[in-house]
Amino acid sequence: MSNHLYLIPLLPLAGFLINGLLGRKLGDKAVGFIGSAVIGIAFVLSVAAFVELLGLPVHERHIDRTFFTWLAAGSLEVPFGLLLDPLSALMILVVSGVSFIIHIYSIGYMHGDPGYPRYFSFLNLFVFFMLLLVLGDNYPIMFIGWEGVGLCSYLLIGFWFTDEARATAGKKAFIVNRVGDFGFLIGLFLIFATFGTLSYAGVSEQARYWVGPGSVIFWITLCMFFGATGKSAQIPLYVWLPDAMAGPTPVSALIHAATMVTAGVYMVARNSFLFALAPATLSIIAWVGVLTAIFAATIALVNNDIKKVLAYSTISQLGYMFVGCGVGAYAAGITHLMTHAFFKALLFLGAGSVIHAIQHAHERAGFVGDPQDIRYMGGLRRKLPTTYWTFAVACVAIAGIPPFSGFFSKDEIIWRSFAGGHPAVGVVAMIAAGLTAFYMFRLLYLTFHGGWRGRRDQADHLHESPPVMTMPLVVLGLLSIVGGWVAIPHVLGGGMRLEHFLAPSFRIAEELSVMHGHHSVSAEYLVMILSVALAVGGILWARAWYIRNPEAPKRALARAKWLYRLLLNKYYVDEIYDYAFVQTTLAFGDGAWRWFDIPIVDGLVNGLAKLVGWMGMVIRRVQTGLVSNYALMMAIGIILVVGYMVWK
Amino acid sequence: MDFLTLTIFIPLVGGLLILLVRRQSEGVAKGIALAASALTFVVSLPLIFGFDPGKGAYASGLGDLLQFEVDRPWIEALNIRYHIGLDGVSLLLVMLTTFLTPLAIWGSFTAIKQRVKTYYITFLMLETGMLGVFASVDLVLFYVFWEAMLIPMYLLIGVWGGPNRVYAAVKFILYTMVGSLLMLVGILWLYFNGVPGENTFDLVRIFHLGQIPDRAQLYLFGAFALAFAIKVPMFPFHTWLPDAHVEAPTAGSIVLAGILLKMGTYGFIRFCLPLFPYAAHHFAGLMMVLALIGIIYGALVTMMQTDMKRLIAYSSVSHLGFVMLGLFAFNMQGMQGGTIQMINHGLSTGALFFLVGVIYERRHTRTITDYGGLAKVMPKYATLFMIVALSSVGLPGLNGFVGEFLVLVGAFKAKAVYGILGATGVILAVVYLLWMYQRVFFGEVTNDANKKLLDLTTAEKVILAAIIVFIVWIGVHPTTFLSLSENSAQMVLTRLGGM
Repeated sequence: MSNHLYLIPLLPLAGFLINGLLGRKLGDKAVGFIGSAVIGIAFVLSVAAFVELLGLPVHERHIDRTFFTWLAAGSLEVPFGLLLDPLSALMILVVSGVSFIIHIYSIGYMHGDPGYPRYFSFLNLFVFFMLLLVLGDNYPIMFIGWEGVGLCSYLLIGFWFTDEARATAGKKAFIVNRVGDFGFLIGLFLIFATFGTLSYAGVSEQARYWVGPGSVIFWITLCMFFGATGKSAQIPLYVWLPDAMAGPTPVSALIHAATMVTAGVYMVARNSFLFALAPATLSIIAWVGVLTAIFAATIALVNNDIKKVLAYSTISQLGYMFVGCGVGAYAAGITHLMTHAFFKALLFLGAGSVIHAIQHAHERAGFVGDPQDIRYMGGLRRKLPTTYWTFAVACVAIAGIPPFSGFFSKDEIIWRSFAGGHPAVGVVAMIAAGLTAFYMFRLLYLTFHGGWRGRRDQADHLHESPPVMTMPLVVLGLLSIVGGWVAIPHVLGGGMRLEHFLAPSFRIAEELSVMHGHHSVSAEYLVMILSVALAVGGILWARAWYIRNPEAPKRALARAKWLYRLLLNKYYVDEIYDYAFVQTTLAFGDGAWRWFDIPIVDGLVNGLAKLVGWMGMVIRRVQTGLVSNYALMMAIGIILVVGYMVWK
Repeated sequence: MDFLTLTIFIPLVGGLLILLVRRQSEGVAKGIALAASALTFVVSLPLIFGFDPGKGAYASGLGDLLQFEVDRPWIEALNIRYHIGLDGVSLLLVMLTTFLTPLAIWGSFTAIKQRVKTYYITFLMLETGMLGVFASVDLVLFYVFWEAMLIPMYLLIGVWGGPNRVYAAVKFILYTMVGSLLMLVGILWLYFNGVPGENTFDLVRIFHLGQIPDRAQLYLFGAFALAFAIKVPMFPFHTWLPDAHVEAPTAGSIVLAGILLKMGTYGFIRFCLPLFPYAAHHFAGLMMVLALIGIIYGALVTMMQTDMKRLIAYSSVSHLGFVMLGLFAFNMQGMQGGTIQMINHGLSTGALFFLVGVIYERRHTRTITDYGGLAKVMPKYATLFMIVALSSVGLPGLNGFVGEFLVLVGAFKAKAVYGILGATGVILAVVYLLWMYQRVFFGEVTNDANKKLLDLTTAEKVILAAIIVFIVWIGVHPTTFLSLSENSAQMVLTRLGGM
């Protein structure tokens, strides 16, 4: 398989071209089949590649293939090369696997949409770029994938483009991401200027024996991380992700939860050999990660849109992954990336199932309203049993209750923060974990428990989604349970098998790492117990408020109105950004054009032309055509010349 | 066979043939024009297939690089020669010209309804002029073509242009003339003093034997650079461009943006950098700063435009800023990036002007707010517009990225701050193009006049598809094109001091 690695990204590209060019002629059935089949085959090939890698001795698990020279100018040479190592092998498994499930689900979810072929071709294109991003063996190829997934995100957020708000959300996502990409690009230039190469192999080899100034590495890694905050929605560039929920829900599941938004985490992990040389950047990453985690969690506490809650949850969980990377536990960050892909994709698909059902009921009951507002839901567990059970599984998993997957991955990150010498980060992460449990169960209870809070005539039209949508939920539900079992810590009798598998990809970083935290078994137990206790506490609190005593939250809110308003308005960050960046840029543009380009730059040109014209007018008067005038002029001229000569 | 001479003069012959056509038979005139320009393209194919990119490795002058050379005496008394030839850079530009012109002519069929015969004669003369500029190796020949090409362009704007066409045409020609007169002085200086003991206009001889003192270089650089900077156009000489574009007919805009502007950047590669390396170093900082102002200021002004054509015109100021940034980085990445970016801009902006022309022909307005929701009415048009727009904003996988990436790498290597400031242009480009795209294509169709618009015709699809093929090709496999200009870029760098 490794010799034909290119097939893995190429198949989705073929799907994109077929569906994009011929989709209308093929009909929806064929489009859905082709779109899903190419991803299915890519998944099978990824499994084959993974198995092949497992069959190799540990130190040989690094297959680098170059197919052609993409770009060459002077000393810059960028081959089109793909790299299969434990990290990328795991990533292509997750990407193609989750994509496949979501493609199947989409067949049901997008059924009857006039843009069906367009949807599948964009989704295929996305998978192509995402696979390229994780498989590329150098920075420019990663950047191609990086920008490409951003494009697909833009196209899919604004998929229903006749709605101006959705189109605006897509544009916002693209522009904010470009701001991040600016950082990525500068980092890339710095790498080239410093190391003279842009391949991972070349840079890591030099990084290993790096004796140059640390400040260069600091700037490189900081710029790269800035890029990551764009793609992976961290402070300060997270603002686009909640708006991105305007896209179809399977898109939110795939792009804005499971895969694309994790690209930043992947990028940091892939560059572990550089980040390990920059402890200052690592601290920044850990802090940005944990602050994002708690910041987004607080917003999720009060939001009433089922998808927005999940969006803020995603931002928060991505923060955990960065904490993992920031404290040097790259494998833990990647493990959380994987388990999060399972349970968050499940949560979004479950939300999609709910929205699907409610939208259907709205249509039947002749009602126009927001099908995503959880204040008008409730009691859905009886109407949508499969959706309910799988959604509940995902909630338990994200809350971090053992033995569900989220527990192992999140707990490892929290523990490694303590062990790696960042106790403060660990404490904040723990609190955020408690908040996570609270807001997730708030969402679960408000959506599925209690009684229906919408119009009564709608309730009769609520039905479970078709099997093509519920089967993916079940598969993801299973994965959300067992997905973490490859990462059971030693203290619980596990073998950390995923971490051992990933280790070769982080070998150089381990060698370079300056952090050698202490390891105490009892402390690890303590952290574990505490974080589970906080999670359980969060769940119980949610239960007390939203099941037992629904008046309690109202009373609490009445007491802290300003806080509630602050959270509901997302700390007014969008408004501040709009004022500070958007309006300022527009004002600059307007000023440059209206007050500089037209009156001054162009004014000078026209003024010069007018001056010449005016001079012509003036001088023309001299040419009177009267011989006597000319004679007079000559006489004056002669007198002047003679006078000058005499006087000299 | 002398394919180069054929390529240059077939359009002129085509134009003369149209002269013989009766005024009423417009169809024949169109047919001849398209046939002549298509034939020109066919005849130019042997140039690219017969070109040996390996020739002139480690060249120190133009002579080693030239292929398809023809060198015959023309005006012997003054030692003016018909000396033509191509190196990698001029080859790329000649191919761009022969490729874009037939597409532009074909695209004019439905748009031009008055003085049809004259229009096509003018257009074909323009093509000969442009091809001659890129192929000339003799300075007088170069200057003759350079000036000859101005007249048809002046007519295209002034006769077939919009309501304010006379102002725009006069501004265009006066501005360009002011620049080129100083260049003529520079050419004369080179004739008398360029090569010791000899009076020659021959570039090959000046490259190899020329000895130009540093002080003289400064003046000569100034004289040539002003002509080219106006043409590019560089900030602050750019204000003729939006006026010219807004008034010019669609095909005129395609050629103006696609090819004519490249004469400025080409001039820098061909004359200013290799002939006056001392001055080039002297002025490099200034040129870089002007290029950066062009990129950022150009993008900011672009953002505020309300007329689609004016918007694209201003975006050219920003894009050409990238080219200049690359050329004056004085390293391989910058030089190659700048060169390929010339081609990229020709393709993308040419296509953008064509796309605006498509909608203008249907609705007779270019004001952005007159539109909205077009993606629903004209899905194919919306798709192709998106692809071209993405190429223009430098999306990886399409052509624009290759150029911008190389230019920025080069600029960063020259001085980090140049690369960083230049990269902000990458953000702004998304802002102005996607914003315009959203306002034109997304949302509901609010204007009744837009509800029944016809989607792309077959001819329009073919024209755009032809350009998009190259947009993708350069993006996916840029080495095909970069390898052509590599030795030329190396030569320029060698003369600049072996960087």
